[in-house]
Amino acid sequence: MSCLRWLALPTLLLLASCGGEESGPAKPQVALIMKSLANEFFSTMAAGAERHQAENSRRYDLIVNGIKDERDLSRQVALVDEMIARGVQAIVIAPADSKALAPALGRASEAGIVVINIDNKLDIQVLEQEGLAIPFVGPDNRAGARKVGDHLAQALESGMQVIVLEGTRSSFNAQQRRLGFEDAMRDAGIVIADSQSANWEMAQANTFTTSMLAEYPQARAVLASNDSMALGALAAVKAAGREGEVTIVGFDNITAVQAAIREGRILATADQHADQLATFGIDYALKLLADSNQTLDDLETPVDLITASSLD
Amino acid sequence: MSDHLPTRPAPSVGRVLAERAGLAGALLLLILVFGSLSSSFLSTRTLVSIANQIPDLTVIAVGLTLVLISGGIDLSVGSVLALCSAVVGVMMVDAGLSIGSAAVIALAAGAICGLVSGSITVLAGLPSFIVTLGMLEVARGGAYLITDSQTKYIGSSVEMMAASLPILRVSPSFLVAVAVVVLAQVLLTRTVFGRYLIAIGTNENAVRMSGIDTRPYRMAVFVISGALCGLGAVMQTSRLATADPNAAIGLELSAIAAAVIGGTSLMGGRGSVVNTFFGVLIIAVLQTGLASVGASEPIKRVITGSVIVVAALLDVWRSHWQSRT
Repeated sequence: MSCLRWLALPTLLLLASCGGEESGPAKPQVALIMKSLANEFFSTMAAGAERHQAENSRRYDLIVNGIKDERDLSRQVALVDEMIARGVQAIVIAPADSKALAPALGRASEAGIVVINIDNKLDIQVLEQEGLAIPFVGPDNRAGARKVGDHLAQALESGMQVIVLEGTRSSFNAQQRRLGFEDAMRDAGIVIADSQSANWEMAQANTFTTSMLAEYPQARAVLASNDSMALGALAAVKAAGREGEVTIVGFDNITAVQAAIREGRILATADQHADQLATFGIDYALKLLADSNQTLDDLETPVDLITASSLD
Repeated sequence: MSDHLPTRPAPSVGRVLAERAGLAGALLLLILVFGSLSSSFLSTRTLVSIANQIPDLTVIAVGLTLVLISGGIDLSVGSVLALCSAVVGVMMVDAGLSIGSAAVIALAAGAICGLVSGSITVLAGLPSFIVTLGMLEVARGGAYLITDSQTKYIGSSVEMMAASLPILRVSPSFLVAVAVVVLAQVLLTRTVFGRYLIAIGTNENAVRMSGIDTRPYRMAVFVISGALCGLGAVMQTSRLATADPNAAIGLELSAIAAAVIGGTSLMGGRGSVVNTFFGVLIIAVLQTGLASVGASEPIKRVITGSVIVVAALLDVWRSHWQSRT
């Protein structure tokens, strides 16, 4: 029996620190299901949602869950099932994959739960195949990437070479950002020498940038589809001794990149207002819960270009 | 022959039960703790959702337990699962096969990976740690290659293994996983093969001296582990309705954790498949319970890590206590 006590003690202590829940049935429960909360972009989003809930604690209860890393689909699907079992009224989700989450979200819809898709848009064909209507609340990633690309193009000349770091290729926002970068480069007559996926990760971006810079010594810029990868590229450019020669742009406007932009080591990024993204989704879910006759239209949220001048 | 094998004296029935009661008690305690913290946790729906998400980890952990008992380790299980899942995706989406044929091919693919790891480990005398670390990379690369790094959406034709059965509520995958646990436990405790595995894991030299060629047995456990990765892949692909080349990254660590919580020795020679299943259940209940009470991400990891270490500590103290009495 000592076995039980040993397991019980730390578990109880730690659980006590998380606090229990007091849920009146009158208030709707909203589950926010994120990608990796170790990524600053998503933790900012979660913090924004928690602030919003604290200010509107009479209107709804919030339960926030994330996964270990960006690609842990299996765990995210399990989370959706667990939130269905928990009996929440609404699920606001940033899907780790545009296709794989659709069947699980279909089960949620069937259970009468309002589902809102934020951040990474679900695949339209798969939604049709599953017979689902799930509204998307989020920025136009293609337009955002285009703004960043256009700004970069002003610093370059037609005919120059650049390289692109893509996010995980299976995700919609990664595809959209790549397209936005391509639009801007094509219109400016700039050549994309190589485009590879570093799966949103700093370490992979660092490795790939190092090898791409060696392969394309003429490359004058790196277009990274998120800021983590931009930071990985920055380290690679520095290690290659080409700082100042190779310009870097990113996407997301995380704190670490703001410092690099102020110092002039990264040219620009895009801010899709992470702190508000989840709250837009939650507000939309509450609206749908209050009035089930609402049409399920997508909602576009703002995305702004961030440069050294806009940060001051 | 088996009289001369260097196995430990078989534990008394009472001890086996006491050990299992400890694990079952810990599991029950976790369920009660979460039940008291979250009003929705002790519901059939939550329990069913737990049952339906563990089959893949269960069969992987069973295979790994056998490998660990024989004194080896298989770090490639997550990647091999992803490779087999990719095989299911390509076979069903691009080749138009049914889930049955795709499943057979996936199992064969997993078994081949296991055969390759096992042969190199045993015939070249390399540590399985290094060989399967290599396989971890090779299989992941293979998964990316054959899917072109894309998630393959399969849809409802693959979902039958994961769909809840009427009345029982649990999925066919769960029933298959339980059957695998039972079969593997019988294999381990009631057959010559199982006794040899334990003997090899305890002292391989002694087994060899008694005139037994240990190589086929050591290779066979890797083949079993590989084939179970194929089975796990079918279960996971069915649950997600999607073949994901990024699937199961780090799954080997969860499987090792489940085996260790269940008291399997990383040094070989000791372990139980049923206890590993308890380990899987403890991990799953912990994971779902923490999500259900809305624990923050860092707290979840701190608690999960602590439970693994506490379980290993208990195991050390238990064997200490057993050797004194």
